[in-house]
Amino acid sequence: MTSTFLADKRSGPGTDLPPPESVRARGRGRRRVLHWLTAVGFQLPALVLFIGMVLLPMLFALYAAFFRWGGFGMPSDYVGTDNFTDLFDNPIFLGDLWRCLVLVLLSLALQLPFALAMAVLLNQKLRGRAVYRMLFFAPYVLSEAITGVLFSMVFAPDDGLADHVLGAVGLDGLGGLWFADPSYVMATLFLVMTWKYFGFHMMLYLAGLQSIPRELTEAALIDGAGAWQRFRNVTLPLLAPTLRISVFLSVIGAIQLFDLVWVITQGGPDHHSETMAVTMFQYGFKRYQVGYASAISVVMFGICLVFALAYQRFVLRRDLEGATTTMRGDGK
Amino acid sequence: MTRRTEGVRTLPLHVILVVVGAVMIVPLVYAVLSGFKSTDELSSNPFGLPEHWLTSNYTDILGGGDFWRLLGSSTLIAVGTTVLVVALSALAAFSFARFAFRGREALFTLFTMGLMFPFAVAVLPLFLLLRYLGLLDNPLGVILPQAAFGLPMTIIILRAFFREIPGELEEAATLDGCTSFGFFWRVLLPMARPALGTVSVLAVVTSWNNFMLPLLVFTDNTWWTLPIGVQQFQGQYSAEYARVFAYLVLAMVPALAFYSVAERQLVGGLTAGATKG
Repeated sequence: MTSTFLADKRSGPGTDLPPPESVRARGRGRRRVLHWLTAVGFQLPALVLFIGMVLLPMLFALYAAFFRWGGFGMPSDYVGTDNFTDLFDNPIFLGDLWRCLVLVLLSLALQLPFALAMAVLLNQKLRGRAVYRMLFFAPYVLSEAITGVLFSMVFAPDDGLADHVLGAVGLDGLGGLWFADPSYVMATLFLVMTWKYFGFHMMLYLAGLQSIPRELTEAALIDGAGAWQRFRNVTLPLLAPTLRISVFLSVIGAIQLFDLVWVITQGGPDHHSETMAVTMFQYGFKRYQVGYASAISVVMFGICLVFALAYQRFVLRRDLEGATTTMRGDGK
Repeated sequence: MTRRTEGVRTLPLHVILVVVGAVMIVPLVYAVLSGFKSTDELSSNPFGLPEHWLTSNYTDILGGGDFWRLLGSSTLIAVGTTVLVVALSALAAFSFARFAFRGREALFTLFTMGLMFPFAVAVLPLFLLLRYLGLLDNPLGVILPQAAFGLPMTIIILRAFFREIPGELEEAATLDGCTSFGFFWRVLLPMARPALGTVSVLAVVTSWNNFMLPLLVFTDNTWWTLPIGVQQFQGQYSAEYARVFAYLVLAMVPALAFYSVAERQLVGGLTAGATKG
């Protein structure tokens, strides 16, 4: 980051021209202050909104998490870390963590590889590929609430589209209660999430694939590499930065999953599809245990933070180094 | 390679695409057709074309005022959010991209940290704040937080774009007597139109689809947005499947129409946001 700072100064725009030697030190100091005030002045409106609506509420949640509090007046019943210890004894919350992990693993094992396969497929010259790209991405622009209502009807027990389709091809036995079945609710939810989100990851991969110079795969072809070898040894390593970002977004998405679950099942049947955000919502807005719900918010944030920092430290580091070098390289 | 062998080679690929495409589109087509059926026909004839094309499900919804009111408040909130987040981000990104000043990197890191605050994490304290400020049942109660959460991504994208505009232009403008703000307003913003388009499209779509915040902020139906309306409609007419399908389809139309005209900006913005964030 320091490198970008220096680079900017070097190619600095006219506002920061060095003052002539004859200018006295005090005048220079005044100009510097004025310059600083102008620069920060442009930041101020965004900064006020950001601090007021993002940072302060989070800090307040961190405070409220240490109180038993119904959400009215100021919190006064200090309970120390009880909310957190209770939370990690709460089978619903432990279940939330487990389900979050399951969704992440399913995404990594199935959804993202599928998105990658589709991206590789649609990166070739095939008739109609523009239409397919647009179609696969389309669900991403639909609201989660609309998607949720749609699929709660598609997977309606006995009478929904899914059961009728299975019946029509003679697989009645596979149909069932879908979202109403504790054993299958997560699998069904994962199907809906894949329908909605794989197109987004596919688009990321397509953008990544298109930035890979054609000469590299052609060179491998001339060297006698087969299709799989070219993919494995040329395309995949060059796509790695995009893959890492996509994994990151997928994990953060699973941690904060709320809308789809709330619209389709509200966490049911019997908490079998509940997520951390749903549990937080239930405690905070339905049972008015705001201190306890704040503790859930804090834990969710903690998980995001630890994951983001660890990911940045161990996985993204190489990419970021690359990025700063480029910035310095072309002096932007 | 002749055309014919090319066709044979790609045939399996086309089969895969058709199958995946069918899975993607069938739920949508099913919803559209179901909207033209009666609820009774829906269980006797689930996939076929409607025996009688019943338009009343759709026309009843379009004829009532509710749907248009939801559409209006969704639009108002999306436009308000977009104008606010783009204006504030452009000012901040300008300062990040064109000024060298003490504390700049710290400030930028502060904003980028915002990417790690998913909405769901902050929604509870945010709700308490909005209640304290008396912003419940007020469109500003949704617009202000949405704009605040949109700042990090918008600033990152715009900053990258503003950096690419050559410094000579600013020097020339300054020599011609332009102030910093004059340069920003008269030179930079007009040049940045494509980037502004991209971030605006992102902001509109995010606001349009937001569910959790309007669900909490709007306790009565005056300001309900479309996603809230859809969920409530399903609850209200849970037995009348066909009507719910018609409502769903009508609620999807604006988003899909917007997507069809702004596809390029949307995809460009999402990929740029992901790779630069």
